[in-house]
Amino acid sequence: MLQVTDLIRAGVGPVSFGLEMGQCLAVTGPSGAGKTLLLRAIADLDPNQGSIHLNSQERRALAAPQWRTKVGLVPAETGWWADTVADHFSRPDDAAQLLEALGVPGDALNWQVQRLSTGERHRLAIARALQLEPDVLLLDEPTAALDKQATRRVETVLRGQLKAGKAIVLVTHDAAQLKRLAHSQIALSGGKASAQEPVG
Amino acid sequence: MSQYIALTYWDVVLAAVFLVINGALSIWLDLRLERQLAIAAIRMIVQLILIGFVLKALFAISSPWLTGLAALTMGAFAGREIWARQERALSGVWGYGLGGAAMMFAGVLVTTIALTTQIQPDPWWTPRLALPLFGMILGNTMTGVSLGLDTLNSSVHRERPAIEAQLLLGASRWSATAPFVRRALRSGFMPIINAMAATGVVSLPGMMTGQILSGVDPTEAVKYQLLIMFLIGGATGFGVLLAVLGNIWRLTDERHRLRLDRLRDAK
Repeated sequence: MLQVTDLIRAGVGPVSFGLEMGQCLAVTGPSGAGKTLLLRAIADLDPNQGSIHLNSQERRALAAPQWRTKVGLVPAETGWWADTVADHFSRPDDAAQLLEALGVPGDALNWQVQRLSTGERHRLAIARALQLEPDVLLLDEPTAALDKQATRRVETVLRGQLKAGKAIVLVTHDAAQLKRLAHSQIALSGGKASAQEPVG
Repeated sequence: MSQYIALTYWDVVLAAVFLVINGALSIWLDLRLERQLAIAAIRMIVQLILIGFVLKALFAISSPWLTGLAALTMGAFAGREIWARQERALSGVWGYGLGGAAMMFAGVLVTTIALTTQIQPDPWWTPRLALPLFGMILGNTMTGVSLGLDTLNSSVHRERPAIEAQLLLGASRWSATAPFVRRALRSGFMPIINAMAATGVVSLPGMMTGQILSGVDPTEAVKYQLLIMFLIGGATGFGVLLAVLGNIWRLTDERHRLRLDRLRDAK
């Protein structure tokens, strides 16, 4: 279980919620409400206060790099640091199947990053995070740049993750997607969070 | 044997005519550089005349405390220059202090070792030798440190998404920023590497030229110049390394986060 208690960072909080493994929590709210900042705080990418436990283990007990492999954040705009796609994967030889599942050709691993479309970049960012097999996925509008078919493929992969016992915190503006994937939701407004409610 | 030829002030004025011609050309070609040229030239005249008097007094008094104070003052000005030359320096006291402290540490260390083991004047802090030597080492270290820090802070700021993407995949702050640290170190080392490569072929260094003009045997002047270049290279290396590593330590934190909030806004 992911238990977030009184999480505060500049502009957001306090936010508290609990998320069972195998479940998805949707985070909603208007642009600028603090959704992205909340995900960054959970991943410990910005200074923050409050406590977070994953399967009863305190976040502070783990070194930050180790924590981030357990809690995988995929930002809305991710970065690239090498020329080819394969250089961004820890195990490029095992990545082709994952890419195919997300609707990206397996040979994209040999492509130059420059030739990737926005949608391909999003899906490759999800793939490289999934390859680390995190217990929790933090996804910031993962399908915002995708067409319906690509969105369905991504959602199928995410359902597979939930079935495998992973938890997902999903930032989305898509009400239909929220109903398809999420089990509970919180709404952010001006950095303040509503109480956690079940979806449906 | 000294073949030193003393200059009159009239000789100096005559040389300044070339600068006046440049100013006139700037007005004629509408380059609008004449004002900057004039201000820079006047600043140089005032600064050099003043430092001439200050050095004359320091050499006459020959006090270790005053020599140290002069070195400290030089370091304070150079530290401010390092800070001012960066588009995005660290904010607060770190912006001024880190580069200045790294430069002073490297400059003082190398100058002291050179004075006590190689040049060996009596006393070792003799201002006539210590201050010009320290000035040359400090000036070059300042250039390297400011270039290194400017490159580091600008590239880390620009490449934030790429660095954070690696942090999110479990990289440590050191491995995620390593390419930018390497780039900054290369940038800081480049002026002294270029200077060493070009010395003697493209240019004759100022100190060596000065010694030759004063009547010193060219082979003796070369030995002094080699000593100075090695000292400058060593001090620049230490200074740049300390400043860049200290800067990246400050730009990240113990939870392996990138702390761009510790940079001041771009000028």
